[in-house]
Amino acid sequence: MPDGAQAVLHVEGLKTVFKVRGGEVHAVNSVSFDIKPSELLGVVGESGSGKSVTMMSLLGLLPSPPAEVREGRVMFDGRDLLKCSPKELREVRGLGVGFIFQDPMTSLNPVFTIGFQLMEPLRRHLGMNKTEARKRAQELLELVNIPDAGQRLGDYPHQFSGGMRQRVMIAIALACDPKVLIADEPTTALDVTIQAQILELIRELRQKLGMAIVWITHDLGVIAGIADRVMVMYGGQIVEQAPVRELFAHPRHPYTRALLKTVPSVLGKRAAKLNVIEGQPPMLIETPASCPFRPRCVHAVERCARENPLRRPVGNGHDVACFRDFDASGAVT
Amino acid sequence: MFDHAPSQKTLVEVDGLKLYFPITAGLFRRRVGDVKAVDGVSFNIYQGETLGLVGESGCGKSTCGRALLRLYNVTDGSIRIGGVDIARLSADALRRMRPTMQMVFQDPQASLNPRMTVAGIIGEPLDEHTTLSRAEKLARIYELMDAVGLSRDFANRYPHAFSGGQRQRIGIARALALNPRFIVCDEPIAALDVSIQAQVVNLLEELQDRLGLTYLFISHDLSMVRHIADRVAVMYLGKIVELATREALYERPMHPYTQALLSAVPEPDPVHEASRRRIILTGDVPSPANPPQGCNFCTRCPKVMDICRRVEPASRELEPGRFVACHLYETATTAGATAAENGSGKTRLSTNNPTTQQGV
Ligand SMILES: Nc1ncnc2c1ncn2[C@@H]1O[C@H](COP(=O)(O)OP(=O)(O)O)[C@@H](O)[C@H]1O
Ligand SMILES: Nc1ncnc2c1ncn2[C@@H]1O[C@H](COP(=O)(O)OP(=O)(O)O)[C@@H](O)[C@H]1O
Ligand code: SF4
Ligand SMILES: [Mg+2]
Ligand SMILES: [Mg+2]
Repeated sequence: MPDGAQAVLHVEGLKTVFKVRGGEVHAVNSVSFDIKPSELLGVVGESGSGKSVTMMSLLGLLPSPPAEVREGRVMFDGRDLLKCSPKELREVRGLGVGFIFQDPMTSLNPVFTIGFQLMEPLRRHLGMNKTEARKRAQELLELVNIPDAGQRLGDYPHQFSGGMRQRVMIAIALACDPKVLIADEPTTALDVTIQAQILELIRELRQKLGMAIVWITHDLGVIAGIADRVMVMYGGQIVEQAPVRELFAHPRHPYTRALLKTVPSVLGKRAAKLNVIEGQPPMLIETPASCPFRPRCVHAVERCARENPLRRPVGNGHDVACFRDFDASGAVT
Repeated sequence: MFDHAPSQKTLVEVDGLKLYFPITAGLFRRRVGDVKAVDGVSFNIYQGETLGLVGESGCGKSTCGRALLRLYNVTDGSIRIGGVDIARLSADALRRMRPTMQMVFQDPQASLNPRMTVAGIIGEPLDEHTTLSRAEKLARIYELMDAVGLSRDFANRYPHAFSGGQRQRIGIARALALNPRFIVCDEPIAALDVSIQAQVVNLLEELQDRLGLTYLFISHDLSMVRHIADRVAVMYLGKIVELATREALYERPMHPYTQALLSAVPEPDPVHEASRRRIILTGDVPSPANPPQGCNFCTRCPKVMDICRRVEPASRELEPGRFVACHLYETATTAGATAAENGSGKTRLSTNNPTTQQGV
């Protein structure tokens, strides 16, 4: 599994807990993964499965309290980010790892021009002077295909449409040429034709820039379209991980399998009735001592209630956290 | 008139519906323009069917759905439900019609009163519109809870104690309380998780079969609409650009916007995604306060022609039951275009002709 040596980012045994009234929320449990240079790692899972909290934990972006990163190592550039000072972390966020959030309106400052917000990190982290920063800012807007980039530097966020704002966010995240770009549901709030524009832009930028990207989404279609490798999260854990074609062709985890069957499609045969995953996702009030999917799993056996399955390799770069085995046709073996 | 299966009975008949929101300015709130949220749409909904209404945010889907229930006063056009034009009904007559038409909202959280119990929420329409005794009312509430798969034990709990999917069940039970015939479902699954969406969609389908309900299903999720709808109307900037049966629309979209929309939906299949040809539209949707001249889609259409920037394309029945508003299909002769130029451009050629050959 994880091979620390060649990864740009290496995460091991991450555990994040929220202290809430009347107890704790164990949002992220023993999460381990690698990001390799220039790959696009898709992270898929429904809301509450721990996708955002995992990524925010890496860079100290969670307010503490209530959040507490209890265990784990996050190796980047030869150091453990969980042991870094707030000042060092700011540096990493500025230079090493870019972040794009779902809602650009909450992450863009409404009172500053787009130009200012693009130039600020360039001046602070790269020490550019005003003229240099302005030139680079315009290049960045051009890079994300904003028409009349030069003139638009003086505009405020509200003067841009939703899709354009998300492009600006991408430009800001790319400003200092990060090694890793983490995009947290960047197209979820956008319309599908605008989402298609952004996905096309990302495909283009990957060709040009070659950075590693983590793309978080709940949309299996988006994952299928852009990811090289996929992690499936459920109940605060990674339940399955595989190269994208392998995952869609041979899903192993009962959750992944059920999820793939429950989403309708605009192509192919139309099912008379949708497949349903009964029940609700888990509450996460303590460290899981059983498989988090067990209450909803049609294949659960007695052991699933006693033990939380570890991820185990099943070949082809594929691993799964499930005690049971399924052959290609989906039958239990 | 839109019959694709002539034996079917029409329940809802919308003709030339317009709904404008005034834009005002200055101290005296002078009217300086209109947001043309719904700008002349016509369609029918058959009894017992689901008509899907799709399109991107801001294109007027919710406004259209609300107008159909007369939650807004319409600017122009007629809405006949069971033969009665509700666009012109008096407040009193409208109140009497209310029970027959209901709405299920997107955000189950926001649409349920947090200070009322589940029983209170579901029973509220019964208080307003019936004279049931307490016991009768409770029996009806239990019946409704059973119908939507909510345990009766939950009757005295408050909405915050429920998950999104369960809250949507409460909303549906409430909508069913007065035995409606017609329900507008406005993005009922948009706020729900993928694994919960199917539960709610299956429930809506089951209830439709059992109770003979008619739905207008508003959604931006084209895959889900393909699953649930019998026919689909595609909206763009206040207008319906294409309306067809589910099969026809998804297999062979005709309007350039429908084509782009479908091609933008990511498919959960990496092999297909790697090889597919996508139509990437440039730019954004224009403002409904200032729609372009000619075809509303002309600013983004990959197939735009000269005429598109001057003349609004009429919605025409190109095949039985299939309506498309696009100059591309204005037959080889320029006669249609000239006629449209001279006229208002809003005539629906041949749609009112009962002798048009019908399929089936
Ligand atoms: N500030 C917080 N306080 C308490 N619990 C939180 C907080 N933020 C997130 N959580 C919980 O952590 C879990 C994981 O959340 P998140 O990572 O945001 O999920 P995702 O991004 O996959 O939708 C959820 O159960 C959520 O309720
Ligand atoms: N109450 C209102 N007042 C003014 N404008 C409105 C109102 N409701 C909706 N609109 C505008 O009408 C257009 C259509 O909105 P809506 O029907 O909500 O679209 P959709 O449901 O397709 O997203 C949008 O431009 C929206 O901003
Ligand atoms: S009428 Fe013209 S602009 Fe409008 S959709 Fe058809 S081809 Fe495109
Ligand atoms: Mg999230
Ligand atoms: Mg809406």
